[in-house]
Amino acid sequence: MISRRVFMKNGGMALVSLGFVPQFLSRTIEAASPARRKVLIAIFQRGAVDGLNMIVPFGERAYYASRPSIAIARPNDPEGAVDLDGFFGLHPRMAALKPLWDSRQLAIVHACGSPDGTRSHFDAQDYMETATPGVKSTEDGWLNRYLHAKEHANATPFRAVALAAQLPRSLQGTEPALAMNQIAQFGIRAGQSTDAVQSSFESEYAAAADQVLNRTGGEAFDAMRMLKSADPARYQPENGADYPRSAFGDALRQIAQLVKANVGLEVAFAEAGGWDTHVNQGSNAGQLAGRLDDFSRSIAALARDLADGMDDVVIVTMSEFGRAVTENGNRGTDHGHGNAMMIIGGGNIRGGRVYGRWPGLEPEQRYEGRDLAVTTDFRAVFSDIVRGHLGVRDTRQVFPGFTPGQPLGFVAV
Amino acid sequence: MRSRPAFRRLAPTILLAAVAAAPLAANKSKSAVPASPDDKTIVHVLNRIGFGARPGDIDRVRQMGLQTYIDQQLHPEKIADSALAAHLEGFETLDKSSRTIAENYFEPAVRARQQAKASSGAANPDDGKPMRTPEQMAALQKQRQVVQELSEQKILRAAYSDRQLEEVMTDFWFNHFNVFAGKGATPIYLTEYEREVIRPHALGKFRDLLGATAKSPAMLFYLDNWQSADPHAADAQELMRGRVAMRRQMNPRRPGIFFPPQQMPANTQQPRQKRGLNENYGRELMELHTLGVDGGYTQQDVIEVARCFTGWTIRQPRQGGGFVFEPRIHDNGKKLVLGHVIAGGGEHDGEAVLDILARHPSTARFISTKLVRRFVSDNPPQSLVDRAAARFRETDGDIREVVRTIITSPEFFAVTSYRAKVKTPFEFVVSTLRATGSDVQNATPIALAIRQLGEPLYMCQPPTGYADKAEAWVNTGSLLNRMNFALAVVGGRMRGTQPAGLTLGSTTAARDQLVDGVLAGDVSATTSQTIAKAQDARQAAALILGSPEFQRR
Repeated sequence: MISRRVFMKNGGMALVSLGFVPQFLSRTIEAASPARRKVLIAIFQRGAVDGLNMIVPFGERAYYASRPSIAIARPNDPEGAVDLDGFFGLHPRMAALKPLWDSRQLAIVHACGSPDGTRSHFDAQDYMETATPGVKSTEDGWLNRYLHAKEHANATPFRAVALAAQLPRSLQGTEPALAMNQIAQFGIRAGQSTDAVQSSFESEYAAAADQVLNRTGGEAFDAMRMLKSADPARYQPENGADYPRSAFGDALRQIAQLVKANVGLEVAFAEAGGWDTHVNQGSNAGQLAGRLDDFSRSIAALARDLADGMDDVVIVTMSEFGRAVTENGNRGTDHGHGNAMMIIGGGNIRGGRVYGRWPGLEPEQRYEGRDLAVTTDFRAVFSDIVRGHLGVRDTRQVFPGFTPGQPLGFVAV
Repeated sequence: MRSRPAFRRLAPTILLAAVAAAPLAANKSKSAVPASPDDKTIVHVLNRIGFGARPGDIDRVRQMGLQTYIDQQLHPEKIADSALAAHLEGFETLDKSSRTIAENYFEPAVRARQQAKASSGAANPDDGKPMRTPEQMAALQKQRQVVQELSEQKILRAAYSDRQLEEVMTDFWFNHFNVFAGKGATPIYLTEYEREVIRPHALGKFRDLLGATAKSPAMLFYLDNWQSADPHAADAQELMRGRVAMRRQMNPRRPGIFFPPQQMPANTQQPRQKRGLNENYGRELMELHTLGVDGGYTQQDVIEVARCFTGWTIRQPRQGGGFVFEPRIHDNGKKLVLGHVIAGGGEHDGEAVLDILARHPSTARFISTKLVRRFVSDNPPQSLVDRAAARFRETDGDIREVVRTIITSPEFFAVTSYRAKVKTPFEFVVSTLRATGSDVQNATPIALAIRQLGEPLYMCQPPTGYADKAEAWVNTGSLLNRMNFALAVVGGRMRGTQPAGLTLGSTTAARDQLVDGVLAGDVSATTSQTIAKAQDARQAAALILGSPEFQRR
């Protein structure tokens, strides 16, 4: 692997010459070793995406009856859904994901969501990120608890990274995790004096008797140096991957760079907004279509960019709840309940199938008479990934209070 | 234990001073405040009961006397605070009522949106974002102005107010009784909440503060109590139907961060839903506001408390209306709360619960623990917690007296308490502004910097508030951002802020001002060396403000 050799030459030597114990050097060699790390990329669609127009149940009569102006047409219509299995289809502007479905890298779990009935974005996001629905006092997020469960000696400062301004709730907790908007901005900013200032700060923190600041300071400078040596920015998209020029596309492009740069990434987090479509949601075109287009093309680009690297990667998408089955008086949809999640990966992901029991959309089949019912707890999806892809057998501390049932089947558990 | 050579030197001074002061303070309930404090002790006090030293503060406090300074801070009403007024000029919303804020800052955004919809209704098919008219943009900007001004105000007060302890306590209680600006109608009420609910009681009686929060529309909305109703009340369904429609329009969001501009549905033709008891406030009231999670209540107590508060609601939340007790949705049945029978019915049920909780020993202990954690250490010494809790009970929850007990205690002045706290991002940023005598003309970029450091003001989502422990604030990304913030401020690169009070004549001058004047000369040999090697005064200042020593208080 190119990255390893370059790193040894540039980063490693530089460190030794500065007289630092190259502790992270050994970690990085491990990171690049053949026993490759499993990576989880979690994507949050904040604002509650309309799962029924994202993964369209075109086989349902009630779907069309409830959505006269915003339903996605059946696949036989040129503007219609992209047929997946004769019953479900992708929104037409999500066609970029169809090749992943065909190659069995894309699995879908429908009618999935929280056992808690809240329709508050605020509470539902919180519940999903802590993975403790109904419990508000949980301090840490499920991704952080996963990191804790899989603690190991070779962790690098880039073990968990959110491409976001703030660390999301999912990643908060006792394990170190980084939040950054732009990889390139992670460093000391002092113009021409940057190197001098950085090394001065570094010696201050290295000399601090204060253990907390000493350790964290050390990690910060390790991370900066590691980033400089690995230089993720030089990894340009490969295999014709074409990331949309959007905040979300940009975040996924940078995640791919971190994966390729072998900096020890294990959990990445990105988020996309704009799903709260109460008004003029649109159908095959319009507001939601535009968001789904950006969303799918970004994910498709990431998968294409990583190519064989996807064998070690799982991408999971989530949103706090779905939207009401019936469109409202503003050609939009109000807050609902059940939703769809996507799982994308090479390796042992069994894609090309929609998982979960479909409850139907007739009024009597709905939750509270109005929303898609939840037949799969979102924690079952997380839990299967943690067990099947990430290899944590006992998930009790990751999902307190949740006992997983039979695996859903989208990943070998 | 951490070894702190610098502080070991300080220890004898402090302990001797404490002993010496003891006889003098015999009347004043065992004050451990040293009569002739050294620089470190003064800086310690300035860091704990305020937001850090400004150049010259050490001498000012010494001249005044440390005990006098502390007494004065405990009575903010006696401090003129004339300097602050100038900094708060020009803000529109800070003294406005919630009603006016709703009318002038929130309703125009709703109207502009409705108008825009009525005239075109189209979304831009290319980028998928709804097109906004110039009127909509202007109205949204006005809406954002409310929380923006409130945030600026918080920064300016902490940086410039002479009533430092009042600012610390306002920050403490807001965080204790946290509400989140991103949830529905909450931001309409936020300004009034801090101004009239939190600040006036910050050093007052706990029961008054608790009662004020319980009736505040900000809290009623944030913890959903405004829609909690007796499911059996005859009129509940009818009355709540109107409220449900309203609630849908107030869909929670985090303004400007994750969601696109708020889109409120005008649609009210929702299927009728069963509404009933909401336990959210009842639970958090006991778990977070009073007893603490191990305070000795059960799930049944949560339900009973929630029943007592049914009918405590808001008159027209979208219009910024106030608290109202609505008897038609109140559960008038008998309740049993923590062993007390509550049978009076009406609004009094809730007041009775607040009386029970405010006087419960668990509350005295829980509040005292949090205060000791704020003022003394992440691991609150049990001896001090016990004395503070006893004081709480003796004085019927007089916050001023509890705080006095804590900040004049031997534990407060003990060796182990010195620099025992890591500054929160807010404390770090404000102490930087104070240390550099910065002139802040526009505090919005400062608020953004605090957000970047992980503590967005008024935007703490969970009801727990922000953590008051080092682990929560020390992580690689935020540490790096702290160093960069220091570099930006001293480099004059922070928009709207000039480090006007910074002495830039030479690296030595900067060192004297910040190391001696703000850190009481107490930095490691290595930090001293890096400062000495700095290329210029600005760099030296940045290396001090970004140093590990300055991250603690």
